Amino acid sequence: MVNRVVTGAHYGLRDWLTQRITAVLMAAYLVALAGYLLIQPYLDYDVWTALFSNQIVRTVTLLFLLGMFYHAWVGMRDIVMDYVKLAGVRLVIHVLVILALILYAIWSVEILWGM
Amino acid sequence: MNKQRPKHLSLHLIRLPLPGIVSILHRASGALLFLTLPLLLWMLQCSLLSIETYSELIDNLHRPASKIFLLMVLWAFMHHFCAGLRYLAVDMHWISDLASARNSSKVVIAVSLALTIFAGVKLW
Repeated sequence: MVNRVVTGAHYGLRDWLTQRITAVLMAAYLVALAGYLLIQPYLDYDVWTALFSNQIVRTVTLLFLLGMFYHAWVGMRDIVMDYVKLAGVRLVIHVLVILALILYAIWSVEILWGM
Repeated sequence: MNKQRPKHLSLHLIRLPLPGIVSILHRASGALLFLTLPLLLWMLQCSLLSIETYSELIDNLHRPASKIFLLMVLWAFMHHFCAGLRYLAVDMHWISDLASARNSSKVVIAVSLALTIFAGVKLW
């Protein structure tokens, strides 16, 4: 074994793992939601809003959306790091992506609890 | 050391193997899904806000242009979903040799197309 000092920001493994955990949780949520919708004999506004009036469904949906926003951040950051060479441009895109995702998170709460 | 090695970075010269095609489509579909996030959230809001906004959204989604766009987003999602599950299988070492890497890539492309058609049929 080589005795060496590992440098870096150390977020690589954490984000690699977060990307997979959020993926599994999102997949479980979406399969459950799709299954529920597929067994409904008919689907209209009343059935749809009744589902999202449930506090548990709202909370789990918000967790799904927040997981998705974090997943999107890791993915977009990796894409931008790979293809955008100019540090300044990369920083601007990173900031815009983060701002957009924070706004989406606030908007998600409004959508779910403002209906 | 400055050897004159050929650099095959011209995109038209590179022939990606099937797992490579699945991989780049996983990136492209992920980026597309990120860009459509505001639209998807807006659709969720319209569907929940009131019966008027719900009916208006349904009417808008029945336009041919909306259908083509929605099918594209659905395919992006289905591909991203299936390719993502494949990567989880790779991480679990369920896919490690060349043959299973190729076969699972074919499965990802076929299943995501089938799911897109199924979802499209279900929606209309």
